[in-house]
Amino acid sequence: MAFSSRTDSPKLPDFSMLKRLVKDHLVYLLEQLPGKKDLFIDADLMSPLDRIANVTTLKEHEVDKLYKVELKAIVSTAQQLCFLIRPRIQTVKWICDVVNADKAAGIERKYKIIFTPQKFYSCECLLEDQGVFGDVSVDEWDFLLLPLDDDVLSMELPEFFTDSFLAGDQRWLKTAANVLRLLHMLYGPFSKVYGIGRCSKMTHELWRETLEEEAELKERRAEIGKVFIIDRDVDFVTPLCSQVVYEGLVDDIFRIKCGCVEFGSDVTSSDKGVKVMLNSQDAVFSEIRNQHFSNVFGFLSQKARNLQTAYDKRRGMDIRQIKAFVSEELKGLKQEHRLLSLHIGASESIMKKKTKQDFQELLKTEHSMLEGFDLRESITYIEEHIIRQVSVVESLRLMCLLSLTENGLQSKDYRSLKTQYLQSYGYEHLLTFSNLKQLGLLTEQQTGDTLTVMENTVGKLVNDRTAGKLSDAFSSLAKKSNFRALSRKLSLVPKCDEEYDLRVPRDMSYIFSGAYVPLSCKLIEQVLRADGWAGLEEVCKLLNGHEFSVTGNPKGDQDEAQRIVLVLFLGGCSFSEISALRFLSKEKGYRFIVVTTAITNSSRLLEALLRNHQ
Amino acid sequence: MAFITANWSPLGDTFYRKTELYEMCWTLRDGFKDSLVAAAPYGGPIAVLREPIRRSPSSRPQLDIFSASGVSIASLTWKSGPVVHLGWTVNDELLCIQEDGTVLIYDLFGTFKRHFSMGQEVVQTHVLEAKVFHSPYGTGIAIVTGSFRFTLTTNIEDLKLRRLPEVPGLQEKPSSWLVLSQDRQTKVLLSVGSEMFVLDNTSCTAVVPPGLSPQTGSIIHMSVSFSYKYLALFTDTGHLWTGSAHLQDKLSELDTKQTVTPKQMVWCRRPQSQQPSVVLMWDSLLLVAGLSNDTIQFALDESSVLVGEMDGVRIVGATRQELLQEVPLVCQDIFKIASMAPGALLLEAHREYQKSSQKADEYLREIKEQSMLGEAVRQCVDAAAHEYDPSTQKSLMRAASFGKCFLTDFSPDSFVSVCRELRVLNALRDAAVGQPITHDQYKQLTLQVLIDRLVYRQFYPLAIEICHYLKIPDFLGVSRVLKHWASCKVQQKDLSDEAIARAVCGKVGDSPGVSYSHIAAKAFECGRTELAIKLLDSEPRSGDQVPLLLRMKRSQLALSKAVESGDTDLVYTVVSYLKNEMNRGDFFMTLRNQPVALSLYRQFCKLQEPDTLKDLYNQDDDHQELANFYVTASYKEQRLETRVSLLQSAVDEFNKARNDFCAKATEDEMKLLRFQRKLDEEKGAGLQGLSLQATAEVLLSLGLHKQAEQLYRDFRIPDKRYWWLKLTSLADKGDWEELDKFSKSKKSPIGYLPFVEVCMKHNNKYEAKKYVSRVTPEQKVKAHLAVGDVHGAADVAIERRLDAEISAVLSRVSSSDRPIIERLQRAAAAKK
Repeated sequence: MAFSSRTDSPKLPDFSMLKRLVKDHLVYLLEQLPGKKDLFIDADLMSPLDRIANVTTLKEHEVDKLYKVELKAIVSTAQQLCFLIRPRIQTVKWICDVVNADKAAGIERKYKIIFTPQKFYSCECLLEDQGVFGDVSVDEWDFLLLPLDDDVLSMELPEFFTDSFLAGDQRWLKTAANVLRLLHMLYGPFSKVYGIGRCSKMTHELWRETLEEEAELKERRAEIGKVFIIDRDVDFVTPLCSQVVYEGLVDDIFRIKCGCVEFGSDVTSSDKGVKVMLNSQDAVFSEIRNQHFSNVFGFLSQKARNLQTAYDKRRGMDIRQIKAFVSEELKGLKQEHRLLSLHIGASESIMKKKTKQDFQELLKTEHSMLEGFDLRESITYIEEHIIRQVSVVESLRLMCLLSLTENGLQSKDYRSLKTQYLQSYGYEHLLTFSNLKQLGLLTEQQTGDTLTVMENTVGKLVNDRTAGKLSDAFSSLAKKSNFRALSRKLSLVPKCDEEYDLRVPRDMSYIFSGAYVPLSCKLIEQVLRADGWAGLEEVCKLLNGHEFSVTGNPKGDQDEAQRIVLVLFLGGCSFSEISALRFLSKEKGYRFIVVTTAITNSSRLLEALLRNHQ
Repeated sequence: MAFITANWSPLGDTFYRKTELYEMCWTLRDGFKDSLVAAAPYGGPIAVLREPIRRSPSSRPQLDIFSASGVSIASLTWKSGPVVHLGWTVNDELLCIQEDGTVLIYDLFGTFKRHFSMGQEVVQTHVLEAKVFHSPYGTGIAIVTGSFRFTLTTNIEDLKLRRLPEVPGLQEKPSSWLVLSQDRQTKVLLSVGSEMFVLDNTSCTAVVPPGLSPQTGSIIHMSVSFSYKYLALFTDTGHLWTGSAHLQDKLSELDTKQTVTPKQMVWCRRPQSQQPSVVLMWDSLLLVAGLSNDTIQFALDESSVLVGEMDGVRIVGATRQELLQEVPLVCQDIFKIASMAPGALLLEAHREYQKSSQKADEYLREIKEQSMLGEAVRQCVDAAAHEYDPSTQKSLMRAASFGKCFLTDFSPDSFVSVCRELRVLNALRDAAVGQPITHDQYKQLTLQVLIDRLVYRQFYPLAIEICHYLKIPDFLGVSRVLKHWASCKVQQKDLSDEAIARAVCGKVGDSPGVSYSHIAAKAFECGRTELAIKLLDSEPRSGDQVPLLLRMKRSQLALSKAVESGDTDLVYTVVSYLKNEMNRGDFFMTLRNQPVALSLYRQFCKLQEPDTLKDLYNQDDDHQELANFYVTASYKEQRLETRVSLLQSAVDEFNKARNDFCAKATEDEMKLLRFQRKLDEEKGAGLQGLSLQATAEVLLSLGLHKQAEQLYRDFRIPDKRYWWLKLTSLADKGDWEELDKFSKSKKSPIGYLPFVEVCMKHNNKYEAKKYVSRVTPEQKVKAHLAVGDVHGAADVAIERRLDAEISAVLSRVSSSDRPIIERLQRAAAAKK
């Protein structure tokens, strides 16, 4: 890889233990319902479950048939039904209906609900309300973390984002705190915890509380030294930018699900699609995943040539050598060959798709938004985008990006863009806009007067103690993005005097073609360097505060583990951010472990906010 | 010192000793005359219930509770019914069993705790006799009633009364009986004359003690050992039979030559007993009967009570208390006259050493020659643990310490721990505390229990000192003491809430494991709600505050604490509680001050009770959300009229919220819906639900140009959009002629590049080329390239001399086309 890397990076802890623990727990729970049973699984738990326990394992524990939860009447003749679900009211309501329907039809069965990662009191209340509390047994499967890769752990909880930031619901914070507790227990003790954002702060406090309840950790060598917790709403700009690093691009176009992607027939150049695991086990992928897309093609063709040379060695071999070649090298080469052709196919497909929409133009517009140039041109571009109905989400993304970088749109533009959008995509998006406004993603610039009035009222509220909480919880309502100021303070947009050589990245901005250093990652870098928020006071103010840094276990400061940093993204992180952190780790000799509530990108983020949500 | 053996008496081949524990602090008139006495084992408290001296209807018995040393703890006048029996539970609670079968429970301080009954039938038949017994299940009570039936419970904390089967032919009070706890069963053993029966849950079995000859007469007294393993029977001919409690083996039989029933008969054993014995007490005689048929007799000069312990018998008299026990083997070894045991020699050596005599060395040598020094130290340490007199303990420990100096690899652990333990034991034995427990009892009780007992007696400072001294982890030791102290403190009625809260917080601080909510709950139980709230403020875990606050009906506070805790389940608990407790208006008002709870409730309503949600917004005058609510509702509706009316409501609310943009947009939507319906009805266009743009597209594709124009005017569709629409729809239809006309109708607001691109999209190069010339200069290169005219593009690029354009062209030129490449490169170079 072309990074000017430090070679002394510490070794990552082994996360396969997490998988084992979770699997054992699931098996234990299934065994609690002895005998044959049908298993109903929440649709979005299917892929994560597959990574933990495959069908064979489930069958071994007497699971007869597997169904996806579809909230419809069921056809099952089994004597025992087991439901493996997220604690959602709708699903629980459906189970109640199933049980009550059985009762009405005089069918006697055993029911068991396994909530993961935890049950909520409201779910149990519903069971009680519907009169089935006595008929079902309830369990919890603490499936908190799914290791997606050596350095990426996901909670697979996309709804964390909307629940916590849009609905103002804190139900998942306890879960996040449990994640910290688990990691602390297995890989701690942590020596330092930094964080920013309201959710981060609460999560941290909840975790500290559980810590006090438990007896002292045994003296143990920490495997993870530092922790950084960050709220997604601290930085919305980064996930809304087009991704141009290979892994991010693949995610944007093909959608990576649980570390696994489904390539269509256009990639495989055969009539069948194929499912591929994308992680560091894939030798080719691991070399290109963090590279700027413009390098990938060249890299892959070089690789192809090398492969050819390796194959060509066969010529002029005697029998013995051929035998050795076949038994030792050929299999590896074949494997590499297969992967290589797959990724070349994927790249081609990406190229095709991206040039069609004039990808360069799009990137140029994004870059000028980030730099704050050519506002009018950007607006014209977006208008055209909307008029041509390129895509519901893409148009929205550009509008949000513009609003974020400009600290809100001018009243005239705000209205005209929204009108255009409603005309193109339907009036139901009024609700979408309401959601976006609440999150501060798409806002109207406040004129001087209204702003001061607003601040006065907020100020008054803050003075009042109980109401202080109010403004706390809904601070996002009055939220400004302050991107321009942040960008200046943290020099997020590099001066582009000279051409940026993407093959030799200088800084993290390479993940956006040298146009922008992701704010989230920049914060992490700065805080780690200063060992706290010192010197970043103004930045924190611009980010709405809630920053903290707490020293935990001060022992072993010189330890290797101090360079292993766990970054917890509450509300999701994108592959580009992971790539940026990987770059940072090479540069500064850290190792980052990314823990996220879910992998996100611009489409997932915005789709969750479209009007249909709930 | 030399007379340590002075109070030793030989019994068989071993010795018994009687150690004085206390000069009793109490002053009892007439000793125990006319009194019921109960003394708890393990040096526990003593209760004395004395019948009034002058019997008159108005006079009442007096109940006193003393510590083992006779310090008065509580004194009260007995106002309930006649008491048959007194006994102590394992938790140091006093059980008073009344004639009518009611059992009253008092704590150490004479505070009434609760009561229960031993059964209804007893009220008539009365309790003849009762016994309190201890088993692994806890403390139990057995009674025999006036109808000669037995009833028992094995654990008074978990009361289950068992009425035992009838004894056939029993017409009088059994001459003696007791409770056995063996093989996880509780049985009653009773004697009627010379017959014996065992009563268990289901049956009554006659039993015969092996080897007890019928001539020995009827059994009038029996006793079982502390561990329920051994049994002693006393007959009216003065014979004492001992054997196993299973009645399978006989140990011994002895003629005491006493024919009066003894007042008490108690086993006296110790762990690794050489010579267990039975202690019998008559009015002025104490007889220790060993199994080897040997006896010791002591004269009693005052009425006394025997208390069986695990390693001896305590003799509690009116003026003093003594401990009678078999002398532990190790003490015998050391102190026996002319003993040559290593420990004895070491003790002697140390004594000589203190006198600065060289004999010390001789003794030491003697021990060392047998290489028994380690053993000697051990003996001294062990013996010290068993001694009651501090000066004896000291001399033994000093000797051990002295001997230890000559050993290199002797682990000091036992020495250190015995030192510590003795210090603790001596503190406990002090008359002011009055818990005379032996080292063996201490080991059996465990330190935890010991501290608990101190705490029950409210010796808080001592308990804390002990915890600190023995270095018990805080959450096991000090915290538990503090917790109890605080719970007790909050009950002090003479102190103000403020003072108590301050005292509690000051002492407890943030000791681990002390829960303020627990203390607060206690305060609430005593009716001190304000104090409870003050204390709850110090509780760091808000989660623990909430349930109590709800119980105290401080629901508002509970809600804010729940919100602070960050635990949604807790918030939900409070919310659902409030929902049921309050009227709707108040409930909403409460939620209004708690955004987190409010949003949680909103989430709930969204899924469960949409109408409540509406009320909620109404209450808050949140017109914006109310409008959104109507908009959402409109999409769930199929019928157009309902949709439109819902949207109208939304418009009204948007207006109230002064959101003219949304109001306008919603009005447009209604207009569009009506427009679509009209056309659907007239032309069957299938427009319902499409967006404005899609509607226009459909209209154009259907050739309904007039209607499309109308749409364009009515909805003020921007020109750009309209041109795009027309362009694409004409191209889609392949109506190139119309497109050409359209392009010339007026100057295109979107330029002409889109014309080129759209034509190319339909692979119509010919038409595309028509528009290339009309494209603005800035986009010309692009246009040329779009139609594949590299030469044209090159010409324009060279003319315009822009790097970006030149390189854009270069990237598209095929490498074989040398001349163009050269021209472009020249142009690029010339520019520089």
